[in-house]
Amino acid sequence: MHAPVPAPAAPPKGRLARFLDSDLFYSFRTSPMAILAGTVAALMTLAALLAGLLAPQNAFDPAALNLMDGYTKPLEQGLGSQGLFVLGADAQGRDILSAILFGSRLSLVVGVASVAFSLVLGVGLGLLAGYVGGRIEALIMRIADIQLSFPAILIALLVFGVARGLIPPHRHEEMAVVVLIIAIGLSNWAQYARTVRASTLVEKNKDYVQAARLLGISPLPVMLKHLLPNVAGPVLVIATINLALAIIEEATLSYLGVGVPATQPSLGTLIRFGQQYLFSGEWWILLFPALALVLLALSINLLGDWLRDALNPKLR
Amino acid sequence: MSEPVLSVRDLRVEFVTRRGILKAIDGVSFDIAKGEVLGVVGESGAGKSVTGSAVIGLIDPPGRIAGGEVRLGGQRIDNLSPEAMRRVRGKRIGMIFQDPLTSLNPLYRVGEQLVETIQTHTNLSNAGARKRAIELLAEVGIPAPERRIDGYPHEFSGGMRQRVVIALALCAEPELIIADEPTTALDVSVQAQIISLLKRLGREHGTAIMLVTHDMGVIAETADRVAVMYSGRIAEIGPVRQVVQTPLHPYAKGLMGAIPTLVQSSDDRLVQIPGSMPRLSAIPPGCPFHPRCPHAWDRCSRDRPDPIQHAEHRVACHLYDANDPTAKAHMIHTHAPLEEGVAS
Amino acid sequence: MIAYLLRSLVQAALVMLAVAFIAFSMFRFVGDPIASIVGQDATLKDRQELSRALGLDDPMPVQFARFLANAAQGDLGLSYRQGRPVAALLGERLPATIELALLSALLALVVGLTLGVYTAIRRNGLLANVIMSASLVGVSLPTFLIGIGLIYIFSVELRWLPSFGRGDVVRLGWWTTGLLTESGRKSLVMPVVTLAFFQLTLIMRLVRSEMLEVMRTEYVRFARARGIPDRVIHFRHALRNTMVPVVTITGLQLGSVIAFAIVTETVFNWPGLGALFVQSVQVVDVPVMAAYLMFVGLVFVVVNLLTDLVYLMLDPRLRSASAAPAR
Repeated sequence: MHAPVPAPAAPPKGRLARFLDSDLFYSFRTSPMAILAGTVAALMTLAALLAGLLAPQNAFDPAALNLMDGYTKPLEQGLGSQGLFVLGADAQGRDILSAILFGSRLSLVVGVASVAFSLVLGVGLGLLAGYVGGRIEALIMRIADIQLSFPAILIALLVFGVARGLIPPHRHEEMAVVVLIIAIGLSNWAQYARTVRASTLVEKNKDYVQAARLLGISPLPVMLKHLLPNVAGPVLVIATINLALAIIEEATLSYLGVGVPATQPSLGTLIRFGQQYLFSGEWWILLFPALALVLLALSINLLGDWLRDALNPKLR
Repeated sequence: MSEPVLSVRDLRVEFVTRRGILKAIDGVSFDIAKGEVLGVVGESGAGKSVTGSAVIGLIDPPGRIAGGEVRLGGQRIDNLSPEAMRRVRGKRIGMIFQDPLTSLNPLYRVGEQLVETIQTHTNLSNAGARKRAIELLAEVGIPAPERRIDGYPHEFSGGMRQRVVIALALCAEPELIIADEPTTALDVSVQAQIISLLKRLGREHGTAIMLVTHDMGVIAETADRVAVMYSGRIAEIGPVRQVVQTPLHPYAKGLMGAIPTLVQSSDDRLVQIPGSMPRLSAIPPGCPFHPRCPHAWDRCSRDRPDPIQHAEHRVACHLYDANDPTAKAHMIHTHAPLEEGVAS
Repeated sequence: MIAYLLRSLVQAALVMLAVAFIAFSMFRFVGDPIASIVGQDATLKDRQELSRALGLDDPMPVQFARFLANAAQGDLGLSYRQGRPVAALLGERLPATIELALLSALLALVVGLTLGVYTAIRRNGLLANVIMSASLVGVSLPTFLIGIGLIYIFSVELRWLPSFGRGDVVRLGWWTTGLLTESGRKSLVMPVVTLAFFQLTLIMRLVRSEMLEVMRTEYVRFARARGIPDRVIHFRHALRNTMVPVVTITGLQLGSVIAFAIVTETVFNWPGLGALFVQSVQVVDVPVMAAYLMFVGLVFVVVNLLTDLVYLMLDPRLRSASAAPAR
């Protein structure tokens, strides 16, 4: 059935006005889920970025911890520092709230950086594959197939293990975050490459590209100008959903004890520690970091889901 | 004329979108008698297919039937429960879709699809249904049906698949068949075969056929009467000879002018209608055709024309309003064939 | 059809070769095979002798060929950490992982299919929407948190199920199973559910979206136009067509069940291959890492071959001799 086509939008307006009138923003405004998820994600990101200012305690500094504060319950004062521990303290007297703020900062940094890494890598390889074609294309796409068929966590673990083998042991701690970013990034680039390659192939066969070829001019700059707006939407959707996945991946690696060093606990590390107290009744050490992780990942995931639907109404 | 098989009165179909309600079908009325072929023509988006879907009750949300009546053999069917309507579909109304490549489920043998349909509407046993399926395949002209019945759709050519589709529509000997662009997706050489098959089946079984197409040639060859649709309304409806040779509605004239006919003398110019059909979201008030109409005057942009009986035609155009003394004056641009039509 | 199968087999062999090459490269270049045997303070002369004895001076292709030959005979080298043959280590832990993965895959497939079909048919129903929202939460929940949550409910609060290990296992030849004892079965419940959870939500969402896609096709519309009852349309026409892509992706997912077992096994202290792999990554025990990689590669290849077979069964277009597989 041919769906009736809605009327075209009104005459051109300012950029902001256009955005506010766009289908995308309309869909955002009318989706309570998207608004809620967007607000939660924004607040959590802001709080994480301002961790240094907001946190009562520098959770990454062993010197700031007071062992006497150990196991302080939520909303009670610590025995050592006499400070108020809103979400309680862990065995070493680390304030859980501060640990969550710093930990989610680390989770977000690793998440965003690894998404950026895989995005640049994937878009680059996708462009290369689509533009150059031939054997290089076949090779890149075959590697992408392999990456897609193997689960990200396995690839990240392998990359992590190999990197640990190659880096001398005394530098393991300082390199841990970088290794983590690369490991997660390398396990998530293929989707971008596929999307960009497909669009590049479409663009490559257009007349202006052929014309430029015939004239002996490189069509690449013009092509990019046409291509990038086309792929921006899908790439943004993939990146948003991948951000949630990357955060979960980081948490999982850290939970497995192969992520960030224990002195700089991310949310995953905190949960790993907290699990030990599951049976002994110190529930806050586990529960609050876990809630923070779920909230962060879920809100970003919901945003990604909404974005995908909004940019591709056919899927709904 | 006895009671028509299908009677549609003032049918309206709407699509609810965020930009408002779009009227895909706006006040359509027509009848089809037993054994009659009604051709429905118009550009894509004129509402031909939607009309067919509405009759058989396959308008899916966000679309809905917003008003009017559909009667099949005198019984109202537009307000039936989904389950009751399901039993009408296939049993009393058969439908043939445009593309035989996509109309058949690729994973089941054609026999399985036939038997399933037969058993849905009859009490035949498995063996009985299979026998009937073979008869149907034979009837629609598939060679060696007892062998082909176990083939998968992808093993049939396009024309043969469309024959299977027709056999599926015929399973329960329906009173009415809606054929939605049945030949559009086929090779030209196969089109004529399918059309003559449809005609033959309609004649032999007395089945009424609603033939939706944008191909005037097919209509001229097949239909007894023809309805010309424009912007969700019927601009003109009448016996096929009259409408094709002496169209009354300015749009129909343009449409007929666009097909060269054998009887026409060669110096007749092909009439081209400037502009294109309005989008559903921007249907002008009054007569939807007035912005493109060479005869339009101020009344046309104001009043919506009701269908007027004119000779054997029913035409929705103010030019033929006997009560409007100014109408005649606007007829001056008209070319010769019209005068003949009025005279007869 | 034979050509199609042959092509699948050749492809499988190629993938296996590539995986073996990666494993070999890790084995050869990551870490120091000699230092791991004689320790850091061996003399240069000792090292050279050992290097010759181990064949590390041979040309690369020769070394790779030897690696392949050894692997084919089940010789995967010695664990740096435990000093035992890697093959024996893997063999001990294989049954635990296989049992866990197969039961999880089964659970995920059965429940995922059922819920997927339900949510597609009752697309706008209340329960369907609740299930869909819950599945989104499920996708966002890290596997390990689900495991921990289950432990909290069923081990800490209710004290119904053990929180770690396999319980009592029964030895059947070289295989061990927990299915034959009560404690073994109880121990399986939470790990299986945890591992199935992610695949379940994935399969469910996939089935739903494929099913909705199929419901929009012309042949479903045509079936409706023929008055075929909804029930028949859903379960005969739509579901089987849905299964074609679903089988492919589920097949691929089956491989990731093995990988997600890494996390689940760590949460529940499950004595399987995944936990072994995590430990080997922590201490950079390269032979174990390399062997695990080959194992996962093998699982993927086998699952892919099986998927291709199921594909043939489902889609008659592939079975016709001339038709090239259209995927």
